[in-house]
Amino acid sequence: MIPFNKYYNQFNIISIVLIVFSLGLLFFKGLNYGIDFKGGTLIELRSTDNKINVSSLRDSLSQMNLGDVSVKKFGNDQDYLIKFEINDAKNDVIENIKNNLENSYGNNFNFRRVENVGPKVSSELLRSGIIAISLSLAVMLIYIWIRFEWQFSLGAIVALFHDVIVTLGMFSLFSLEINLSIIAAVLTIVGYSMNDTVVIFDRVRENLRKYSDIKIFELTNISINETLSRTLLTSITTLLALLAIYIFGGEILRGFSFAMILGVIFGTYSSIYIANTVLVRLNVTQKTVLREENKD
Amino acid sequence: MLYFSKLRIFLVSLITLVLVFIAFSNLFNSEDSFFKKKINLGLDLQGGSYLLLEIDNEPVIEQKLQNLTSTIRNYFKDKNINLNNLKLLNKSIIFDVEIDNIDTVLASFLDENSEINPYYPRFKSHQMDVTENSGNFEITFSKQGLVNLNTSSQDQAIEIVRRRIDEIGTNEPNILKRGNNRILVELPGLDDPMRIKSLLGKTANLTFRFVTQNDDEDNFGVEKLSYEDGSEEAFVSKRIILSGDNLLDAQPRMDTQNNETVVSFSLDRVGAKRFGKATSTGVGKQLAIVLDGKIISAPVIRDAIVSGSGQISGGFTFQSATDLALLLRSGALPAPLNIIEERTVGPDLGQDSIDAGLIALIIGFCLVIIFMFVKYKVFGLITNITLVANLFLLMGILTIFEATLTLPGIAGIILTVGMAVDANVLIFERIKEEIKEEKNNVIAFDSGYIKSRTAILDANITTLLAAVILFFMGSGPIKGFSITLGVGIFTTLFSVYFIARLLTGLYVVKNKDKVGLI
Repeated sequence: MIPFNKYYNQFNIISIVLIVFSLGLLFFKGLNYGIDFKGGTLIELRSTDNKINVSSLRDSLSQMNLGDVSVKKFGNDQDYLIKFEINDAKNDVIENIKNNLENSYGNNFNFRRVENVGPKVSSELLRSGIIAISLSLAVMLIYIWIRFEWQFSLGAIVALFHDVIVTLGMFSLFSLEINLSIIAAVLTIVGYSMNDTVVIFDRVRENLRKYSDIKIFELTNISINETLSRTLLTSITTLLALLAIYIFGGEILRGFSFAMILGVIFGTYSSIYIANTVLVRLNVTQKTVLREENKD
Repeated sequence: MLYFSKLRIFLVSLITLVLVFIAFSNLFNSEDSFFKKKINLGLDLQGGSYLLLEIDNEPVIEQKLQNLTSTIRNYFKDKNINLNNLKLLNKSIIFDVEIDNIDTVLASFLDENSEINPYYPRFKSHQMDVTENSGNFEITFSKQGLVNLNTSSQDQAIEIVRRRIDEIGTNEPNILKRGNNRILVELPGLDDPMRIKSLLGKTANLTFRFVTQNDDEDNFGVEKLSYEDGSEEAFVSKRIILSGDNLLDAQPRMDTQNNETVVSFSLDRVGAKRFGKATSTGVGKQLAIVLDGKIISAPVIRDAIVSGSGQISGGFTFQSATDLALLLRSGALPAPLNIIEERTVGPDLGQDSIDAGLIALIIGFCLVIIFMFVKYKVFGLITNITLVANLFLLMGILTIFEATLTLPGIAGIILTVGMAVDANVLIFERIKEEIKEEKNNVIAFDSGYIKSRTAILDANITTLLAAVILFFMGSGPIKGFSITLGVGIFTTLFSVYFIARLLTGLYVVKNKDKVGLI
C-alpha cells in the first residue's frame, strides 16, 4: 500500500500555493482572450512563396490602419495567423487585406480560415461561457449534495474549484488563448474531476460502513489504494486519447487538448490529495455516514 | 446473473448489428445507400461560411413613428380635437390636449378596438404605451409592440435573404432565425463569401423620383442626394413615382446602341400606368433612379414610356449589373442588415481537419486498445471489442439523428473512447478484488458488476450533466462536441452493460473453475 496520507499536509500546502499563485495571475495578468471573447478578426493564411514571412506580413498589414495587428506562425511552416481588433467591423476589411496582399505577393497565398466577431457577439459569447461554467459547477454541487453527506460535497467542490482555477492559472501563466473550445474543455474537466472524486468517495463511504475502528486518516489511504489501479488506468487511457488529439489533431484542437490534459492531471491529483484531505480535516467518522442513513 | 436468456442475446445483437449497419451507410453515396440518412459534416470540416446578421430596426421604428404621427394628426383632425405641439421626440410621440378632451383621446388609444393603436388580445397589450399627465401625452412603443415589429421585420428580412441567396445558387444554404432580430446563414462549400456579404449588405430600396432645380420646388419636400460614385449631388423630390415593389423582373443586358451594360426591367400593371403618366407629363425633366439613398443615374425623359419596361444605366460592369438585377428581383429588405459574426473555413483546411481528426482518432484508439490488451489480456480483448462496438453505435445514432459532426465533435469521440474504458476498468478492478475473497468465479463476477454500478452511474451522470449544459449554452462547434460526448455516454453504458457483460458472461461461464481468471 502506498502511504499517500503521509504527504497530505505537504500537498495541501503546495495546492494552496498553486491556487494563490493562479488567482494572482488571473487577477494581475489576466487571461489571453481570443477573438471569440474579445471581438476582432482572425485570418489563417497559407503561403506558397518564401517571400511571405512574419515580418513581411506585418509590414504590409501595418500600413492598413488595422490597429494592433498580431502575426504569428501557425503550426506548419507556411501557415500564418493574423489577428487584429477592429471595432467597427467594416464588411469589406477582409477583401481589402486580400487585395493589398495580392498587390505585394501575387497569388501565392490563400486564406484558409477567416473569423470575424463583432463586439456585441463576443460579449454575448463571454457571458454565456461564464454562465455555462457557473451553471455546471452549480449542477455538480447539487448532484453531489444529493448523493453524499455534506462533508463529501464540500471535499468534491473544493477539488473542483482547485482544478478549474489551477487550469485557468496555467493558461494565464503561458498566455494561452481562451476561446470557445477552451470553455468546452473546462466543462469536460469539471465532469472528469467530479467523476474521479466520486469513485474514490464511493469507496470511502463503503469502507466507513465496513470498518468502525479505522480512523479517517487511514481509511482514505486504504480507499485511495483500493481504487488506485482504476484511477491510474482511466487517467492513462484518457491521457493517451488526449495526447493523440494534441499531437495529431491539428493546430485548431491543440489548445483544447492541452487544457484537457492539464485538467486530467490536476483532476486525478486533486481527487487524491484535495478531496480526501477535506474529509480528514472535517474528521468524518462512521457516524457521519450512518446518521445520514438513519434519517432516511 | 451471468446467464443470459436467448431473447436478451438476440436483442443485444440485433440492436448492435442494426446500428453498425446504419453507421456503415455513411460510407456510401446517400442516393443509392440502403439507409438514406447521413452524418452531416460541420462547416469547419467541409468548408463553408457562417454569417450572423443583425437586423437594424432603428430606421423601421423611426419610419413607423413618423407614419403614426401623421395618422394621429389626421385622426383627431377628423374628430375636431385639437392636438398642440404634436411632435416626435426621442422615439416617442408627444402632444398636449385641452382638459375636456383628455378622456376622449385616452379612450381612442386604449380601446381594444382602437383604430390608431392596435390591440393584441393574445398578449393583452396594445402596440403603443400611452402615458398622460394633466393633458400632456406621450406615446411610445410598448414592449409587445416592439417585439411584433422585430418579428415582422425578421420574417420579411429572412424571406428576402433566402431569395437573394437562392438566386446566387449556392449549395444547400441553411437560413435560420436567431432571437427576434437576427438571421443565421450557413453556406456550405463557400470559401469566399464576399459577394454574398455585399449582396446582403444592401437594403436595395429602389425609387424613381424627379430631379428638381432647387430645394423648394415640390410640395412633397426635396432632399439633397449624392450620386453613387460620389461625384455630384442633386436635389431630388421626395415624391416617389415608382418603387422597387412595382418591378416584375430585372435582368442585366448589353445595350448595343451605347455599348454598355444596363439593367432592363419590366413593371407590373400599376407601375406601368404610373410610369407612363409620369413620363408623359415630365418630358424634358430628369428622372433620378435612387438606390439606398444614392442616385445611380438621372436620365432626361425624351418620350413617354408606356410599354411598362425600361432600362437603368449607370456605368455598370457586367458583374455589378447582374448583382443589381438580382437585388431588384428579390426585393428590398425592410431594414439594413449588419454582419456581426463571420466564420469562413476554406475547403482545404476542412479536409486537413478531417484528416487530422481521423488520424488522431485512429492513433488514440490503437493506443487505448493496445494498452487494454496488455493490461487485461482476454478481458482487454473483450473491452476492445466493446470499444469498437461503442464507436459504431455512436456513429449509428449520430446517423439516425443526422447530427452534425464538427472538429470538436471528433475530439468528443476520441475522449469518449478514452473514458469508455473507465466503466470496464471499474468493473474489472472490482471483480479482481471480489475474486480474492470469493472463490467462485461466477459469483465474483456478478458481485463485481453489482458493486461497481453506483460508481459507474455517478461517473457517467456527472459527465452527462456537463454535456447537457454545453449543448444548451454552447454554439456551433461546441454543440457538436456536447452531442458526441453526450451520445457517447449512452452508447458506452449500453456497450458496457449489454455487450461487454454478455461477452464476459459467456467467457466466465465457460471457464468457471479457472484460477486467476482475470
